[in-house]
Amino acid sequence: MASPIDFAAFLLGLLLEIVVVVCVCYRRVNLYRYFPIGFYMLASILVSCGDYYVLQQFGQGSSAYAYFYFYSDALLTILLFWTVIHFYQQAFDELKVNKYIRGGAIALLLFTAIFSYLTVRRNQDHLTGRFVIELSQNLYFVGVVLTYLLWGTILKLKETRARLVQFVLALGIYFSGSAVAYALRSFLHGSTEHLLAWIPSVMYVWLSVAWAYAFVKVPEDSRLITAQLETGTT
Amino acid sequence: MIAFLICAVSLAAFIQLLSAYCRSILSSSRGVELSDRVRELAGFDSNQLGAGDFGRLLQLVHLCPERGDDHGEIRAVGVYYTALRTLQRATGSLVPRIAAWSARECERCSYFAAVALDRRISYSRDLFMQQMGSRA
Repeated sequence: MASPIDFAAFLLGLLLEIVVVVCVCYRRVNLYRYFPIGFYMLASILVSCGDYYVLQQFGQGSSAYAYFYFYSDALLTILLFWTVIHFYQQAFDELKVNKYIRGGAIALLLFTAIFSYLTVRRNQDHLTGRFVIELSQNLYFVGVVLTYLLWGTILKLKETRARLVQFVLALGIYFSGSAVAYALRSFLHGSTEHLLAWIPSVMYVWLSVAWAYAFVKVPEDSRLITAQLETGTT
Repeated sequence: MIAFLICAVSLAAFIQLLSAYCRSILSSSRGVELSDRVRELAGFDSNQLGAGDFGRLLQLVHLCPERGDDHGEIRAVGVYYTALRTLQRATGSLVPRIAAWSARECERCSYFAAVALDRRISYSRDLFMQQMGSRA
């Protein structure tokens, strides 16, 4: 059974995802500029509903729920990669290097999948189950690296669009928080898993909250000085 | 080994990105000049606020009527401030550089609270003027 906290996180996350989708679809310019965000959130809403259905049908301890949870999570992470690529394209808008960014991202995705397969191929008994967990962990980590590099690029290029900066930072926090949770789960194994179970719920709500906040509170033309956001600066 | 490496790198990135995100929220108040009335009310002369002033300023903010649009930001900065104070206490004697950085960040949080207080006072005054206007 899911705990009341999980259920509350599910409802809050779902509500905020709907807010984000509405914000993206509400204005034509937003739909064009932030389509991958809207698409990801829409997919996440569908996955959340599917999650709930599978949970009710088969229970939290079932393998059906585990497969659905990890495979849908991996697919959503791949969709988030599309969002990251989109942010890269926005940041490098004036340099006209879109096709190189797309090619690089696809190559990185394939490399991650092959690396994950090579890591788990000895475990023939639970190959698909182990593979998807390994893939998710590696995808989140690649997401951390990509977003961190993007953040470095934003600082270097002195990007001033406040909304874009908030989107990227929120995504970086989501990726790194999730990667920490997966990595801890990997090396602490089953014994402390229940202590880490709340992290994915918190991260799920975090991304919806932060993106909804950026859409609702940060105007499109709002600007900031990114150099002031560096940790070492005063 | 790989999982440990992923955990360490991701945790470092998490802390740095979270700090930058909080700073992006605080940056909305950075260029704002504080009014004389908020200086008078809070009892300071210059724009420089102490790291420990945040709590007192937040109490004053909560005494003012809510504007409805700053509640989430104030709460987020409050969480950031609590985390910074904890870090400052934990690293105070061990890593003075981190403690000094935390203190600077806390000062920014205090300034943010002072700006929020200023906005709420202006909002209260506007409400009061509107009420007076409608009575007359």
